[in-house]
Amino acid sequence: MPRTEIRITGYGGQGVILTGYIFGRAAAIHADLHSTMTQSFGPEARGSACSSALVVDDGIIAYPYLNDTDVLIALSREGYEKYKVELKTGGTLIYDSDMVQPQDTGDVRMYGVPAARIAEELGNRIVQNIVVVGFTTAVTDLVDVEAVKKSVKGSVPSALVDMNLEAFRKGYEFYQK
Amino acid sequence: MSDAMKRTDQHPLDDILRSDRLPHIWCATCGIGTVVKCFAEAIQRTEIPLDDVAVVSGIGCTGRVAGYVKLDSYHTTHGRAIPFATGLKLANPRLKVVVFSGDGDLSAIGGNHLIHAARRNMDLTVICVNNFIYGMTGGQAAPTTPNTANTSTTPFGAFEPPFNLQKLLEACGASYQARWTSLHVRRLTNSMTEALLKPGFSFVEAIAPCSTLYARRNRLGSGFDLMKFYHDNSEIQHGADPREVDISFQDSIIVGKFIDRERPTWQQLNDAQHNRSLGEKYFRHDIVEAGGEVSDA
Amino acid sequence: MEKADSKRVLTGSHYLDGDHACTEGALAAGCNFIAGYPITPSTEVVERYSRRIPAIGGTFIQMEDEIASITAVLGAVWGGAKAMTVTSGPGFSLMMENIGLAAMLETPCVIVNVMRGGPSTGLPTMVGQADVMQARWGSHGDYEIIALAPQSPQEAFTLMIDAFNLAERYRLPVMVMLDECIGHMTEKVVIPEACEIEIRPRRISTKEKGEYLPYEIGADMVPDMAHAGEGHRYHITGLTHDERGYPAMDAEVHDKLVRRLCDKVREQADDIIMLDEDGMDGAEIVLISYGITSRVARASIEATRAAGIKVGSLRLQTLWPFPEKRIGELAGKVKAFVVPEVNYGQISLEVERCAAGRAQTLLVPHMGGGVHDPAVITRAIEEAAK
Repeated sequence: MPRTEIRITGYGGQGVILTGYIFGRAAAIHADLHSTMTQSFGPEARGSACSSALVVDDGIIAYPYLNDTDVLIALSREGYEKYKVELKTGGTLIYDSDMVQPQDTGDVRMYGVPAARIAEELGNRIVQNIVVVGFTTAVTDLVDVEAVKKSVKGSVPSALVDMNLEAFRKGYEFYQK
Repeated sequence: MSDAMKRTDQHPLDDILRSDRLPHIWCATCGIGTVVKCFAEAIQRTEIPLDDVAVVSGIGCTGRVAGYVKLDSYHTTHGRAIPFATGLKLANPRLKVVVFSGDGDLSAIGGNHLIHAARRNMDLTVICVNNFIYGMTGGQAAPTTPNTANTSTTPFGAFEPPFNLQKLLEACGASYQARWTSLHVRRLTNSMTEALLKPGFSFVEAIAPCSTLYARRNRLGSGFDLMKFYHDNSEIQHGADPREVDISFQDSIIVGKFIDRERPTWQQLNDAQHNRSLGEKYFRHDIVEAGGEVSDA
Repeated sequence: MEKADSKRVLTGSHYLDGDHACTEGALAAGCNFIAGYPITPSTEVVERYSRRIPAIGGTFIQMEDEIASITAVLGAVWGGAKAMTVTSGPGFSLMMENIGLAAMLETPCVIVNVMRGGPSTGLPTMVGQADVMQARWGSHGDYEIIALAPQSPQEAFTLMIDAFNLAERYRLPVMVMLDECIGHMTEKVVIPEACEIEIRPRRISTKEKGEYLPYEIGADMVPDMAHAGEGHRYHITGLTHDERGYPAMDAEVHDKLVRRLCDKVREQADDIIMLDEDGMDGAEIVLISYGITSRVARASIEATRAAGIKVGSLRLQTLWPFPEKRIGELAGKVKAFVVPEVNYGQISLEVERCAAGRAQTLLVPHMGGGVHDPAVITRAIEEAAK
């Protein structure tokens, strides 16, 4: 896999950092890849447009920051507005279709999922980001699906594993439908 | 040589004092010497093994006490005796850790550490020689200098409101507090003994003359005259409200045991909370496992 | 050397940020006491420690400030603990007084500084590398310390173990100078089995009671220690002192003491210094870097090598003592040193001193709040090669 750069953005509390962590851990621990995650800190991390950034590569990663975003995952409108310019031509936009109404400029691939609504149907809005993780795993070839599932299991509180795996499945299947 | 003669070569406190460091640096009729002697007697009286006692001090005349006691003794930086003692105590709870400090060292530069150690009820005994002035550096004003005493930095008289250390520490939560003058040798020794045996933060304040600077600058006679003045003008009021024991310039001094109350120590609180939250998973760890009893367990 | 305690070692592969990797390194190294005060971007180290330590055995105490934190660490060490504190720029400044005391009392301890932008409050959540001179010279008087700089969470783990081992070996404060980027960057960290981790035990005096002198020196200029409560009833002081630990206001004693505090490190510098070098054969330009900057500069090195410039890379894992011998050797062979750092010129001054005019030194500064644009470093290498 060549160097791939992913930006995840949303507002504080949506699980933006956890989303980056799950993919990063899936790549580095459960698949044979390298990954480096960086994130926004301070009031920004708790506020309106927080973000995490992930670099995945099959070789060693020296430069840990994003040059040309391959995949932008937007869980909120504000995050989308802030980071859309980063997304490279031919890149992939993944968004929560109830939160973000992206303009189709024709030069990026766009995939929407009503993640918050699916999460609410599952009984807990908190798993919105995990629905997106499942959806992203299906849309992209980022990391092997089993590796991501293992990472989800290992990254959420043990009492909530089943609900999170269900959210993952719903997201994954939403794309396949 | 007869046994009787051998005994006369030995000072009764040779076991506690570092005679190879004498003569000490303190001025004649300074009050620190008597306070040290009271401390040495109190330690003996508690029967705490001398190997288990550590003395920590900061900087200043009283800070030099650590250098004259034949105990594990640490002469640290200005104001920092309490945090050093905190680390020492937490690393080896078996130790009886004593801080010797002057009023400036303790309540000015070390003031933040003082209030927090009392708030935590850290298991330390703090002995403060309060002479109302900075001696080592040449007679400057301290946070305890009463109005309108003359010091080298208040040449026209001190005007800042001074600390009443007893009121301060009572508010913070100390377990034991007493005050005497350096001439109340027997009572001071008694209070030190009690303080050493009291779990938690104990504080003994000894009002002492600074013969060379405070006495001379304020024309109060010799150090001994001033020591006697403090003693003779003191009024014993055990259990006095610490808010009422301010000290004014050359006025009467309320002395006695003011506070003696039961509060859990930092270590006890730490253990209790972790036991509550973690149950059997909590691993109470005495960093030094020397087999001795844990003094605050 | 001894082996690490398996109870303290989180063996396995983990996805950790540099701060958390630091905590795991400290635990593996046997650190059983931390006193600290919250400060961004270092607080994650003590947060993890306070969560991990109750079930392992050890003490965390949040002190009233950084002065108290470093001082409690010193007390804990003399009480028998393996101890460290953790901070960032403003807290590091406050600690300087008692880092001096640590050097003077020869107290083995570790100080982690996750560097942010300064001066003063500066950029609390953003990167800087501007405390490296302070690490060396921050407290008053002449003394030596050791300072290490990891470039990844994995290396934060391993250098923490090195830091504790060096502290015990030379009896001095060892600083682990992460920068915010490394502290807040999450990567795979492989933690080996406890039996694969070497731990240097404390140099404890074997003298009988009454025979122990706190600063009696053996062959290697480092005295043996005794903890409080062991029955030696010794005295130590931050004043200039003789081998008994007694104050000695004496120029001769002072000369002997200060020389030893410095020479115990200077004379062992070759053993202490860890460097990561590549492409040195025939290099005309050597890029010197540390921490995050070494990773940012990697692209520049590759780009300029591809363009035919012979660029060597020298990464400082050890910042202090400074590798003056190695840089002196290189200065006779290469045309220039290029030194990118996230400050306005600190390590570059040392490089310049060691090069002593025999090779050019080119600073590539970045004031902080972010890392260099690799293109800027590339241009500097090209410029130096002209």
